[in-house]
Amino acid sequence: MPLLLQVQDLHVAYTSRAGTKHPALEGVSFDARAGEILGVLGESGSGKSTLASAPLRLLPGNAEIQKGAVLFEGQDLLRAEPRVLEGIRGARIALIFQEPWLALHPTIRIGEQISDVLAAHESGGRQALRQKTLQLLAEVFPSDVARISDSYAHQLSGGQQQRVLIAQAIACGPSLIVADEPTASLDPTTQRDILQLFQTLREKLNLSVILITHNPALLSGLADRVLVLYAGKVAEVGPTDRVLRFPQHPYTRRLMESMPAGLDESAKARKSRLPVIPGEAPNLGTLVKGCRFESRCTDRMDRCTQRDPAPVVVGDAHAVSCFKYED
Amino acid sequence: MERLLIVEKLEKRYASTQLLGTRKEVKALQDVSFSIARGSTLALVGESASGKSTLAYCVACLERLTSGRIIFDGNEITAFDEKQLREVRPQIQLVFQDPARSLNPRYSASEIVSEPLLVRGRLDKREREDRARSLFAQVGIPQEKARQRVAEFSGGERQRLAIARALSLEPKLLILDEPLSALDCSVQAQIANLLIELQASLGLTYLFITHDLAMAGHLSDEIAVMERGRVVELDAADKILQAPGKEATRRLIAATPRMGAADHPPQVV
Amino acid sequence: MRYFLRRLMQGTFLLIGVSILTFLFSTLAPGNYFDEMRLNPQISPETVAALRAQYQLDRPLPVRYGRWVNALLHGDMGFSFAYNSPVAPLLWVRTRNTLLLTVTATLIAWALALPLGIWSATTLGRLPDRAISGATAALLVIPDLVLAIGVLILAVRTGWFPTGGMASAAVEGLSPVQKLRDLAWHMELPVLALVLSALPTLVRHVRAAVAEVLDAPFLRAAASHGIPRRTLLYRYALRAAANPLISLFGFSVGSLLSGSLLVEVVMSWPGLGPLLLEAILARDLFVVIGGVLCSTVFLVTGNFLADALIYWADPRIRRGAPAR
Repeated sequence: MPLLLQVQDLHVAYTSRAGTKHPALEGVSFDARAGEILGVLGESGSGKSTLASAPLRLLPGNAEIQKGAVLFEGQDLLRAEPRVLEGIRGARIALIFQEPWLALHPTIRIGEQISDVLAAHESGGRQALRQKTLQLLAEVFPSDVARISDSYAHQLSGGQQQRVLIAQAIACGPSLIVADEPTASLDPTTQRDILQLFQTLREKLNLSVILITHNPALLSGLADRVLVLYAGKVAEVGPTDRVLRFPQHPYTRRLMESMPAGLDESAKARKSRLPVIPGEAPNLGTLVKGCRFESRCTDRMDRCTQRDPAPVVVGDAHAVSCFKYED
Repeated sequence: MERLLIVEKLEKRYASTQLLGTRKEVKALQDVSFSIARGSTLALVGESASGKSTLAYCVACLERLTSGRIIFDGNEITAFDEKQLREVRPQIQLVFQDPARSLNPRYSASEIVSEPLLVRGRLDKREREDRARSLFAQVGIPQEKARQRVAEFSGGERQRLAIARALSLEPKLLILDEPLSALDCSVQAQIANLLIELQASLGLTYLFITHDLAMAGHLSDEIAVMERGRVVELDAADKILQAPGKEATRRLIAATPRMGAADHPPQVV
Repeated sequence: MRYFLRRLMQGTFLLIGVSILTFLFSTLAPGNYFDEMRLNPQISPETVAALRAQYQLDRPLPVRYGRWVNALLHGDMGFSFAYNSPVAPLLWVRTRNTLLLTVTATLIAWALALPLGIWSATTLGRLPDRAISGATAALLVIPDLVLAIGVLILAVRTGWFPTGGMASAAVEGLSPVQKLRDLAWHMELPVLALVLSALPTLVRHVRAAVAEVLDAPFLRAAASHGIPRRTLLYRYALRAAANPLISLFGFSVGSLLSGSLLVEVVMSWPGLGPLLLEAILARDLFVVIGGVLCSTVFLVTGNFLADALIYWADPRIRRGAPAR
């Protein structure tokens, strides 16, 4: 499959009010391929939201892209002119933010907000825009499209708002969508519907999707490949089944073990102690030599504090950044 | 009493004024009956707007019922007056979903945890501080963080703080309204473990509200499925998950994302 | 709809209350118009008594109030002792003069405050913002009186502007166009003083409202769709920041009659301000009440307008509680 997006050695840091620099992403490299769903598995502090905003340079004011390149359609987005970038945003690469109720303008009608996206990239009279808006809404809503177009954000439920964001994202026919926790705080049924919508749109429009989430269960059965992000670095990347069912990185392994089987649990396992990863994930750390998971890792070795592990191929398209596999 | 909490035919209706002054009645809860055995956990699952949170507030004596009875620890608290209720409330405590919003951002951790004691006027300052310290130890918050504010706590730590506050008055029943939903997966496991430990060591009874069926299956003895203000199914956790009877339950189970679903064929590269 | 009827009723009650209080206080204040006359030995006490009776100043309070309200409903606002003419046309001319100044000043102030405030908000902490904030702080600190007098001194020193009044002495013989230019020339300084005193507050409010919105997630989301910067600022940001600004605009409208008193007095502009001042000092009862009532009408209308605008602009207020 042709490569759509290539992120190479991305380093992003935030400057705190006191003036100190905190790294959010350190040397992150990965590819997104045409027509695939890439799942990015990351918890709080992993840098996933930074990863979502960085390629389109939509980071907040105190963030700095220190190093790296993001190649897309033959150019490096990190060095592109602002005009060029504006042309790519929404039209070639679309971003879907967390918390849909915050991502929509409170006092502009939904239909207009979608038309604005169209107007930013395409020409056309108001009638044409309105037509297209209704068509887009019809792609994501089963019914009642006209009423939704005339509504305001606060009149819609969480699931409906999320669908509107998706409609905005696909409006100009992008080839890549980056969705940051698109189903957080939604009902299970709504959650499943939204994920199915991604699936449908992927097939229908030949989209690539980068789906960022902290819940591995969402990616199973949906994503083609999974990338595990920990403390700003790529811990593991590979086909979904391999990474989720036979994880190689100690972090991924412990993470999968800590998930309750719940529905398939035997009576004995119920209310038992779940194996947990001791401590908490670091939030925007300071520069540290060596592996970032070391302090919580049960397989730690001496060299884990001395150097940063480089990715090692352990299987078919499956790479792990851990010294256990280095020899 | 074997059953700490018994709810009988609880009904809660709201009157809302529509346009032109007409009043519409919303039946938030209808014909709800269930009970929880002492020291056990009942999970209340359902979609949003199924009435779960309203039920929690009714049981916590924060809302008055339209009709029905609640019997707590042998007493019919629905017949209590305000003075008697004041004695009952400390025994039923709430833990909310979003600790960032339920904890006062201007207070230090120590102040947050001892606030209920202060309000009740029970212990003096030294005793309150001691109690705060022991609560921190129980929920796993390092003592050094006692003077820090909520903003400096991580998500998991905040929820521990919320639990510590709930425990300060030594309640018998803890109502947890989606306590894990705002947390990362690995942190959910930590807090789930904490809740199980606390139940074993303090003999707590839990009413656990969630829409995460997997976690409900892991943490609870019994599960009650709610839909549109009614309890449609109530049974032991095993039975509900393995052999669901009602359509609503089946739908929830189908919607829960599961691991190990090998129904997705890997993409051919 | 009920909301508006309620506001309308509140406004009416306010007007009635204000009229009663003004009536009360004016008559309770020691002295009346004819006291000065009594000091004049040339006028006999009988004449004074007769005049008082003619103006019904010797009747009990409620009766006088009742008669006044009755007259008002017939369009008669009473009689001015000092000017020896009915109050209504007097007020009308003065009000018009005041509005000429204040409407112009308000429009100019807002037209300047919006771009300045937005510029300030988008360059928060950097040079343009610091310069604008410094200037507004300085203007805020200077009392309006000093500002007005300062502007007057500018006129005297440079001779570029007239030092007061609304029209030049020779204005009668001029053509309409020339009259207009003369009027504009006379308006320049008072308007300048008014704009300078109103601008800092407006700029700061616009800056604060827009700065708060610039951080909002929906703005970043809109940017992520490639919506151009201009649209982002003037359509998305400004509309979200509108609520506090609309309230402020309502206040601007509300103070159209009352905010210019100082400037009018200092610059001898024949507006409502000086008229009211003289009337109060001379105990010219009906002029005082009429003037105060006019101002109140504007105040109430201004607030009402602000409410109406917010209702129209913010759908969340229209529909009541949000859906979630």
